[in-house]
Amino acid sequence: MKRIIVAVCFFAALIAVWQSLVTAGVYSPVLLPAPNQVGHYLLNALADGELQSAAWITTKRLAIGYSIGCAIGLPLGLMTARSKYLSDTIGVLALGLQTLPSVCWVPLALLWFGQSEAAMLFVVIMGTLWSVLIAVDNGVKNLPPIYTRAARTMGSKGIHTLVRVVLPASLPYVISGMKQGWAFAWRSLMAAEIYVTIIGGYGLGHLLHFGRELNAMDQVIGVIFVIVLIGLLADKILFSPWEKFLHRRWGTASN
Amino acid sequence: MNATEALQPIQPAKLVVKDVSKSFTTRRGWLQALDCVSLTVNEGEFVCLVGPSGCGKSTLLNLIAGLDTPDSGELVSDGQPIKGTGRERMVMFQEHALFPWLDVLGNVLFGLKLKPNLTPKDRIEVARYYLHLVGLERFAHANIHELSGGMKQRVALARALAPNPRVLLMDEPFAALDAMTREQLYDDLQLIWEKRKKTIIFVTHNVREAVCLGDRVILFSPNPGRIREEFKVTLPRSRDINSVELASMATEITRQLKAYTRPAEPAEPSHTAAPSAA
Ligand SMILES: Nc1ncnc2c1ncn2[C@@H]1O[C@H](COP(=O)(O)OP(=O)(O)O)[C@@H](O)[C@H]1O
Ligand SMILES: [Mg+2]
Repeated sequence: MKRIIVAVCFFAALIAVWQSLVTAGVYSPVLLPAPNQVGHYLLNALADGELQSAAWITTKRLAIGYSIGCAIGLPLGLMTARSKYLSDTIGVLALGLQTLPSVCWVPLALLWFGQSEAAMLFVVIMGTLWSVLIAVDNGVKNLPPIYTRAARTMGSKGIHTLVRVVLPASLPYVISGMKQGWAFAWRSLMAAEIYVTIIGGYGLGHLLHFGRELNAMDQVIGVIFVIVLIGLLADKILFSPWEKFLHRRWGTASN
Repeated sequence: MNATEALQPIQPAKLVVKDVSKSFTTRRGWLQALDCVSLTVNEGEFVCLVGPSGCGKSTLLNLIAGLDTPDSGELVSDGQPIKGTGRERMVMFQEHALFPWLDVLGNVLFGLKLKPNLTPKDRIEVARYYLHLVGLERFAHANIHELSGGMKQRVALARALAPNPRVLLMDEPFAALDAMTREQLYDDLQLIWEKRKKTIIFVTHNVREAVCLGDRVILFSPNPGRIREEFKVTLPRSRDINSVELASMATEITRQLKAYTRPAEPAEPSHTAAPSAA
């Protein structure tokens, strides 16, 4: 309860500082609109459905691309960790590509797929895939062998060991890899949406882009606000439960 | 099968180890961990393997567990050659090897879930019985990291007992515990052994521990790992580790052990150090 009050006070103070800067006229109102103007934009955009539809399109792209990236990265990571040959080939490839800032996939995606939904998906998948793959690979390679040995004595083998022992035992690595993959995917999708106008549908990045073109600062700040909100929500919904589970079971530091 | 049947005491197995040798190639070269080791453990017998570290005790236990294969020789459990791991031979390791992603009950259930013909309800009943047996039924939903070292080994014991094996292989399970916790576990282990009727091979480098628990104490010497001597322990049960008879027998065994582990040509200093016996 106390923590909620502190947090609310902090953000209220932030808005108050913002409002006072506007009132004092330090910056031109074109560059820094008042908080209520931004609120006004958000309400209007919500009322005509523009904001929801953009947020929905962006989230959908992200969800689909991220799921595909994880669905490929997880098993590939398991495989590279267990086979020297795959580790020397796909493992090294993944390590290299992971160092590539995922925004760099945007021009490539454009040339390959044109201004299409496929290009967006490609960027998100590339952002996710390599981080997840490397995290799983790392987790499995660092697994104390005692776990699989103990499991073997109890009659576990093959897929059962993989799913019931190897994967859960490397969960701390897997979760942090998936979180990193999410961060990369989210950033690169925004970049793609800002740079690429596609017919399929306008996402939040597009709204941001149009805001800039129209010099509509209230729109730019409003959309940024929504983007931050989605990021926070994803963190709370997707990762917090897992991190709580890790803290509880492994006994690592908790807050 | 139901829970009551799953909990029926099972016939303990007879183990025969015949002329088993095992070597390893390490970075420092070739190493003979076991040299022509033969050993017979009768049904329901409690045998302790003693020797300084590096004399191949764990290697032998891993071979019997089926976690590893010998270079030569035979390993037989109940007339069947040992090929790989099997639920009739369960292992307890020095590090508890409990799974941190499961709670206490989940750990005990792990092996049971791989046992066919049991309903989930029966499995839980069986798991709870063994948690009760090791005195931890109140901790069924505790997380592993919340338990003390002794409690962890109790959970590991319950987990090893739960699939109702014929043989229990214990590799220095109490070595990392403090003396008080250990003494309590000696009493409990003897009781459980009498109640559940298992063939037990118990590895330790603590002679007194071996005399306290074993029907027989078998001495190993290193470089290469060999069986040197064996002692029958006929002291009445249940034994108290602090009793005078037990202490004098342990002293005698320790004396012999020292003679074997101080060879003329020390091949590897770390392996030939005096045993840290009781
Ligand atoms: N997997 C392995 N690879 C290489 N050397 C090993 C391996 N396992 C055991 N050894 C060596 O074999 C010898 C016997 O080891 P071990 O059976 O663990 O001894 P103990 O359990 O009696 O302390 C040691 O010198 C050890 O270094
Ligand atoms: Mg050992």
